[in-house]
Amino acid sequence: MAAPVSDAAAVTGVRVPRIAPLYRLQWEAAQQAHVLLFPEGMVKLNGSAGEILTRCDGRRTVDAIVAELEALFGQGGLAGEVGAFLEFATGKGWVEWPAK
Amino acid sequence: MAGEVSAGAATPGPPLWLLAELTYRCPLHCPFCSNPVDFVRAGAELATSEWRRVLAEARELGAVQLGFSGGEPLSRVDLEELVEAAHGLGFYTNLITSGVGLGAARLRALKDAGLDHIQLSFQDSTRELNDFLSSTRTFELKRRVAADIKANGFPMVMNCVLHRLNIDHVGRIIELAADIGAEFLELANTQYYGWAFHNRSQLLPTREQLVRAEAIVGDSRARFGERLRILFVVPDYFEGRPKRCMNGWGSTMLCIAPDGTALPCQAARVLPGVAFPSVREMSVRDIWFQSPLFNRFRGESWLPEPCRSCPERSKDLGGCRCQAFLLAGDAAVTDPACDKAPDHQLVLDAIAASASPPTHELRFRSPENSRLLSEPAGGNGS
Repeated sequence: MAAPVSDAAAVTGVRVPRIAPLYRLQWEAAQQAHVLLFPEGMVKLNGSAGEILTRCDGRRTVDAIVAELEALFGQGGLAGEVGAFLEFATGKGWVEWPAK
Repeated sequence: MAGEVSAGAATPGPPLWLLAELTYRCPLHCPFCSNPVDFVRAGAELATSEWRRVLAEARELGAVQLGFSGGEPLSRVDLEELVEAAHGLGFYTNLITSGVGLGAARLRALKDAGLDHIQLSFQDSTRELNDFLSSTRTFELKRRVAADIKANGFPMVMNCVLHRLNIDHVGRIIELAADIGAEFLELANTQYYGWAFHNRSQLLPTREQLVRAEAIVGDSRARFGERLRILFVVPDYFEGRPKRCMNGWGSTMLCIAPDGTALPCQAARVLPGVAFPSVREMSVRDIWFQSPLFNRFRGESWLPEPCRSCPERSKDLGGCRCQAFLLAGDAAVTDPACDKAPDHQLVLDAIAASASPPTHELRFRSPENSRLLSEPAGGNGS
């Protein structure tokens, strides 16, 4: 497919997101939160953002991430919310979409 | 458990940012150096084992961003060992360097040790001015180092301190950052502390220079977008409002000087009548939560007027304490950079004076000049 891999419109269920190389995701006990670390900076993530990004490992598809989170939270219909966050995270440069 | 803090102070969070100034030794002689003017008077450098303890204690408190700085941190032969220790503790490790001493073997060793990122300084986009300001022939070396940094897969921030002598080159400085493949460019308008304060009449730009530079930065941001993110450090003399210094005194930043002195920022050593805690005598936890220094200007309860009744007090927390002391002679007054400050005229006078010839020659950072400037004005030196 010819669309640029960073195109937010490319957030579809079968695609596989991963954390962009400029960023490092880790759990910080002192902050009780996942954080994204990058040169001289840090973003503190809220609970759902942390749960989504920890699953952006370059192996899981968006559909798989949604299914896991729906099981984790015991509620369906999360695809829209997850997709919207991944578009946001892509725009921020936190997440990339390697070509298959 | 946040520990006890003095009455009235806000409960502080952890020191998220640890700045480890490993040494005041530096091969460069920049006249805007952030090190104290009297750096020759500092005590002996911390040993490797002391640094390892500091890193572990700070990490346990919740510090997560770690800057290895100086001086030139590559002057320490144990840098790789400290990077490896910090990496093992879970820090995100930043090396803040001039590039001098960063050969191919050391770069690989630092990569193997787990270094996450390198911030490389340039003093200008031209060899002539870069080499003049640093008093070294380092421009070509820095370009080679930049290429090696990228070849080793490090993210890279290029840093350039801006002032009257180079701010008109800002467009070419941005081009240089793009050329060398930096992901970020920090255009650090000079903050007037330490050496820069001594050289202010040489370094402070005119308002016209600043306006032109800001327009170029705006255009360049639009042109480069995400490819090169440009940070423009606020030139607070010209803003009419003070900066929220270090994100608030004792709120985020813990700086450890080469001799183990703990500071809320690199410049705070200048404050008089203050007992500075040392990691040689106290734990990092006690320094952060208990020491009088870190509680002195924490939060808002200490604020003077006009800050105390100002609707913007939570935004800037009264501005910078070191600047209040340097300009107004009292660390506990409103930062004169604020146009509501009783002492704001001091800043306006400095800006007006920037249109006139400088009052003295540039004083380059060197041990000799440090000794000279450490002497009290009466000549009754140590």
